Amino acid sequence: MNDAIRPAAAPVASAAADPLLRVRDLRVSFRLDRDNVFEAVKGISFDVPRDSTVALVGESGSGKSVTSLAILGLLPPENSIVDPRSEILYGGRNLATLPGAELRKLRGAEISMIFQEPMTSLNPVFTVGYQLEEVLMLHMGMTGRQARKRAVDVMREVGIPEPERRIDAYPSQLSGGQQQRVMIAMAIACEPKMLIADEPTTALDVTIQKQILDLIADLQKRRQMSVLFITHDLAVVGEIADHVVVMRHGEIREQGAARAVFETPQDSYTKALLQCRPQLTRRPLRLPVIDDFIQGVGPQHVEERPRGVAPDDPIVLDVRNLGKSFWSREGIFGKREFKAVKDVSFKLPKGKTLGLVGESGSGKTTVGLTLMRLHEATTGEAIFEGRDLLAMSPREFMQYKRRIQIIFQNPYASLNPRFTVGQIVTEPMQIHGIGSNAQARTEMAFELLAKVGLPEVSFYKYPHEFSGGQRQRIAIARCLTMKPDILICDESVSALDVSVQAQVLNLLQDLQDEFGLSYIFISHDLAVVKYISDQVMVMNNGEIVEIADSDEIYRNPLQPYTKRLLASIPKGWQARS
Amino acid sequence: MATDLATLRSPVPPVRREIPHTVSPGLWTLGWRRLRSDRVGMVSLAIVALFILMMTLSGTGLVARDWAREVGVNYAPPSWAGAAPAGGLLATPDTGVVTQGAAGAPAPEFKSSVVDPLADVLAELKGEKPAGGASAGDEKSVDPLADVMADIRKGKPVAEAAAEERRATLPMGGDKWGRDVLKKTIKGSETSIFVGLASAFVATFLGSLFGALAGYYGRWVDDFFNWFYSVFSSIPDLLLILAVAAVLQQKGTMTIVLILGLTGWTGVFRLIRAEYLKHKSREYVQAADAIGASNPRRMFMHIFPNVSHVVLVQLSILVVAFIKAEVILSFLGFGVPVDVVSWGSMLNEAQNELILGKWWQLVAAGTAMAILVTAFSLFTDALRDALDPKLKGRAGA
Repeated sequence: MNDAIRPAAAPVASAAADPLLRVRDLRVSFRLDRDNVFEAVKGISFDVPRDSTVALVGESGSGKSVTSLAILGLLPPENSIVDPRSEILYGGRNLATLPGAELRKLRGAEISMIFQEPMTSLNPVFTVGYQLEEVLMLHMGMTGRQARKRAVDVMREVGIPEPERRIDAYPSQLSGGQQQRVMIAMAIACEPKMLIADEPTTALDVTIQKQILDLIADLQKRRQMSVLFITHDLAVVGEIADHVVVMRHGEIREQGAARAVFETPQDSYTKALLQCRPQLTRRPLRLPVIDDFIQGVGPQHVEERPRGVAPDDPIVLDVRNLGKSFWSREGIFGKREFKAVKDVSFKLPKGKTLGLVGESGSGKTTVGLTLMRLHEATTGEAIFEGRDLLAMSPREFMQYKRRIQIIFQNPYASLNPRFTVGQIVTEPMQIHGIGSNAQARTEMAFELLAKVGLPEVSFYKYPHEFSGGQRQRIAIARCLTMKPDILICDESVSALDVSVQAQVLNLLQDLQDEFGLSYIFISHDLAVVKYISDQVMVMNNGEIVEIADSDEIYRNPLQPYTKRLLASIPKGWQARS
Repeated sequence: MATDLATLRSPVPPVRREIPHTVSPGLWTLGWRRLRSDRVGMVSLAIVALFILMMTLSGTGLVARDWAREVGVNYAPPSWAGAAPAGGLLATPDTGVVTQGAAGAPAPEFKSSVVDPLADVLAELKGEKPAGGASAGDEKSVDPLADVMADIRKGKPVAEAAAEERRATLPMGGDKWGRDVLKKTIKGSETSIFVGLASAFVATFLGSLFGALAGYYGRWVDDFFNWFYSVFSSIPDLLLILAVAAVLQQKGTMTIVLILGLTGWTGVFRLIRAEYLKHKSREYVQAADAIGASNPRRMFMHIFPNVSHVVLVQLSILVVAFIKAEVILSFLGFGVPVDVVSWGSMLNEAQNELILGKWWQLVAAGTAMAILVTAFSLFTDALRDALDPKLKGRAGA
């Protein structure tokens, strides 16, 4: 493994002589309880040269965020231990041992940070202008008037329209993308030499992600800052990074210039990361998974899977003019209607996958929940086996409930933490009277757990003992107990790491091949949708923009919105070369 | 104990294929482990357990069964403070004689020495007792002390006999009638802790049930319970307690339990309602809806175990509050009847004794209560930390 690590500074000789930030043998551990210590970062070394972008890439638990917090001295003091031999050298000073007061002076003024969630990083009870001015007055010693003028300038620089008006807006009055722009404005207001961006685009829609990435790249060039960009997404990194550091389990697996890492990766893990993610250009029968690479099986040539819907495919679900409105109260008697879904019609063929893409607020999740009757539909019908699911009485619908099932986005939230996996999987069978007795149900649960690739011991465990991908498998097993015809996957793989995502997508595909399930696959991730779907439906503002076979829509989008959406997919390294 | 708990709750019926597995720690087991590593919490738990053990022993009559026996001279000082000066002893003969009638009774368990001297008369006046019962003579029915006087006239050496048995000092001193304060405190704990626990159970049950219904169903159910809550909490607490006491019309331990239970559910209601509001839109509840779980099933099988730690913490907070409330009620005279002893009634007596400089009853009851309440509060804090570790602001790795 060690031979795979290249000297970090080699590619850029001039900058390497005097890098802005030099991390040497950084070790961070966390106290779990009195006797146990978890080592999150295990002795890593890398440099951040002046005027360049370094990307720190890794999946959850790789220690990438801990590294960034350690640089800023923001680790929780009560349970974190930074090894005394660690060195974080910035301007001749070791940040790891710097006293708190001096570190605070440095933070915000010379090194600043952008966090993942703009909604929670801004204080909702102060205007954005106030929060910007506060930073300026604190670090630059400006007067109130100077600070306000500068705040307007910075807001204009990060591309907020009408900054004179927006400066008095509260965070909730701005959109997610604008909030993130304000966060960036705050970070660069004091002209820092270094900007640490921790997953700054993960919570944003794909079109806004594109804008924010462009903004960060632009600011970096204009101000000649150094940017430490932390992300789990190699495609995002490919577009902006000069250097790439790949981390896993607290160790650096590979580092070097972006070109070298992307074109000739040396480490098996880096290779796996590059291959596991579904690509727009290829659609293998199965996605490669990380274990293949680690065990050295490597990427064999696999045949491509044909996709698409034939006109004579039998239809399982026929949705006509589906509409869903929410009412909010206005005034004393007034009600305002908000149409989340407007007049949506589509047909779902048996054994095929319908991909549903759109940005947040497009109504794609509402469509899924309405079909499950977790929301009551306002208008429209959904014909299943000749009957309208939406018009049935709840009692009648009970028999059909098991035929349509849903897998939620967050596997950490969708399993009851107080139930064992056995209880979770057998509960639906109990409710619907599947299996003659407890014995038969338990047998079935074991079979299904084996089917989704979980060991039998899992039956006795609690959800908190499993990783995200394993929990999603439990959720899938729970749905399978009812032998559904239609499975709605609501962002089911979005919260998972790239390597785990590939495994779950493979599992879903295997189940479709075996049982002939029909999927409605809801996602904001266009590459994943392209991989798994036969047909793609694009939604915007509650309406259908375009429906077509997935190859067709990606090759030849007809609507301008679809074109815009497809153009903002991060292309990765290929986009630059 | 940790593994025992987990085994008990394990829902899995015995399977034909035996799969070797270790019992996985559930969230309760993990909570128990965290609690066990909390030294302060465990010490408090031990103290609380001791008190509850004491209460049980006293309730089953194994200790302090004869608390009402007048074993010492009246106002006997604590042994460790030394015998009282002569002035205190002088009071012995006359009071000893007055209470003799009760103390001399041969019954194995002493109800109380404080017998209402007018009880017979009142009963007669109310017509409950046939007036003819007093055939022994008019004189007796009028003079409640007739028997005693007769005894004295016969020249029974009662006073001397009683004085012989009585000790000059008692471990924690004696009260006005010479009863052992230590035993009184133990017997009093029975009432006080029972009232605290039982009324906390009643209040938490009502609060959780109303909160669950209001939070889960929302709409008019929520409006109704909120309205009920608002009206209820707009009345001053003490007034409410007096009103319930007036309606129930009888003094007794169960009355206090009802009073406190019926008035104390409001805080729990707000909290549980908020928890249910939060949880009902969680994905695991939606997932339960998707698999066809009914409303009651979602409410009590799915959500309740996830908010039960809040209920448990509220329960223990209420126990502390209600032990104190009982004391206040008894102090004000709305508490337990005269023939029952509780820490509150002891403090009530102590206010008169204090004027005479007899401080030990106050100290005994006060100390016992302070220790229990402090231990229980510390235990509650430890419990909350153990069950909701996120509150302590742990940073994730």
